Amino acid sequence: MSPHIVVCAGIVPDPLQTLEPIVGPNGPALKNEMMLPSVLDPWAASALYEGANLVAKTSGSRLWLVSLGPKAKLQQVMMTIAQKVSFELIAVDSASNGFADATTTATALACAITAIPDLDRSKLLLFGGWESASRGAGVTLQTIGELLGVVDQFMGVDQIDMREDGSFEVLERVEGGKHQVSVCAGTPAVLGWATGNLPEPRNNPQIGMANMRTVIPALQKAKQTAIGNDGQQFLSATLPSQQRQTRVVKDMAPDAIAQELVEWIGAK
Amino acid sequence: MDWSKVMPESILVLTHADESGSSLTKGSLEAVTAGKEMAAKLRTTLTIGIFAENSCSAARSLSGLTARVFAVSGEAFRQARYATDAAACEVLCKSAQPTIVFAPQSSRMARVAAGFSHRVGGNVDTHITSIGGENRIEVTRWLYRQRIEAAITRTARPWILLVEGGVYSAFEGNDDTVAVEEIAIELPQLRTTVIGSRAPAQDAQTIRPDASMLFVAGAGWTKKQPDGQTHAAEAGDLILSFLKNTGASLGSSKSLVDQGGDGQLVLPFLTHMNQVGQTGSTPRHPKGLASCCHGEEPHVVGWRFINERRAISLDANCGWARGKADVVYVADAFKVMAKVNELLASRA
Repeated sequence: MSPHIVVCAGIVPDPLQTLEPIVGPNGPALKNEMMLPSVLDPWAASALYEGANLVAKTSGSRLWLVSLGPKAKLQQVMMTIAQKVSFELIAVDSASNGFADATTTATALACAITAIPDLDRSKLLLFGGWESASRGAGVTLQTIGELLGVVDQFMGVDQIDMREDGSFEVLERVEGGKHQVSVCAGTPAVLGWATGNLPEPRNNPQIGMANMRTVIPALQKAKQTAIGNDGQQFLSATLPSQQRQTRVVKDMAPDAIAQELVEWIGAK
Repeated sequence: MDWSKVMPESILVLTHADESGSSLTKGSLEAVTAGKEMAAKLRTTLTIGIFAENSCSAARSLSGLTARVFAVSGEAFRQARYATDAAACEVLCKSAQPTIVFAPQSSRMARVAAGFSHRVGGNVDTHITSIGGENRIEVTRWLYRQRIEAAITRTARPWILLVEGGVYSAFEGNDDTVAVEEIAIELPQLRTTVIGSRAPAQDAQTIRPDASMLFVAGAGWTKKQPDGQTHAAEAGDLILSFLKNTGASLGSSKSLVDQGGDGQLVLPFLTHMNQVGQTGSTPRHPKGLASCCHGEEPHVVGWRFINERRAISLDANCGWARGKADVVYVADAFKVMAKVNELLASRA
């Protein structure tokens, strides 16, 4: 079985950046949003690396990366991501951030996936992050799955093991630090990835150069799409008051610190 | 304000059973409280939907509640699976015809909420941390991994809301028989078989969601110590002893978990499941103690719902000291934790 893997991955501000919400003409937005350096959404990036790993082990399989975001930002992120694993980019040019509506985003992505010429949807494994680092709702991927008619869906995935008969075993995160183990008869299926088990691949300039032959044309022909709010109204978007009056304790002996901590911890 | 004159709403609370198949989960009972309070506020009717192997038994915990109870039952609902759970939620929703749906933010509901919302033409918002409003329903949730808090409302119905754990108290029924209206359901062809659950490969379960304390280990535990050597084995012993003595849940920074993939020294009981922060979980515990981690923003977002925070760090200028922790002890965590364990053991 040679799966056709489509990874949906958005872009988000670099986690080290300070975020400040502002009120824009179309609702809330981030201050200096276009100036903030971006990265591929972390859990979706796990999905991309797991997808690439699966493709590398299965001859005849293919990997597409479908990404929705402002074209200029996508180009910036692709300069890095394209050096890590081989993929074919499908870009959708759209203003998108954590305030955008998930349902309309899903519709735009489903349209982009449907339009992939060589995609065999009976072989489809739709990958993505189980939640984004922007909206963080865990809604988009499921909705795409429904729009594509895929009713075997797995969320919080940390592992997939393909079997020779085309079936696969999936480990999904559930409460209490456990995994639920399921076996699916085969493709098509939707997998929303958590962290997975793979480290981030090192940059490989050769992969980057090969990817760029398709990435740049894909960016150039990225279809501009408007994302509506689907009746969602933001009443406020604020930063939490996170400043605490920290007591910094220096020059206290470990024994005294331990005593203080034990009293603070209290009874088991 | 009398909301019932502003917007005619009807409320459905979707609930599911725990691993036994015959008792509702705590999160489900918290969602029931949310529904009950909102129904009273709106002066509207309340319906409870249950999907479980044995719904009649699960419904006993709802006795005393003024509500209709719809249920889909059977072996297919013993375990969480997208195809069956989405079908159950869909049929319950279509039977009750609600405008507002509450459900717990459990892994089981989170897997299907958007899917069945799509099927019933609804809108869904997850990770809801409060429900209020004056003349309309307004909810709050976090964006950008707990870095921005937003209040939202919607006019479209049905509106499906997954409520975070701990926002409401669990409904307490009197364990009596409840009249349950069974709803017929036609299941799709099932291609997924749930085999069971598996704990991560580690000596002991270190993730304890109900613990009163979170202990977070940072990458400093595996770095070179003043003697120029690393002491990962000793670090592991200290951490596990602390967990044993306190019953705390163990979290980790991304950098420490990632070391395994980079071929560096690791603490063998840590997995990505322990990871808290920007790329990990955001657990809820009354207290949290960080050790050997620097406390920068990507990490601190994992502490958003930790009430009392203390940290042990060798760096007096680390992120924890800049308003992110209540107390920062500038000290060697090896020495402090050894003494803490000694004191805790002597008290046991």
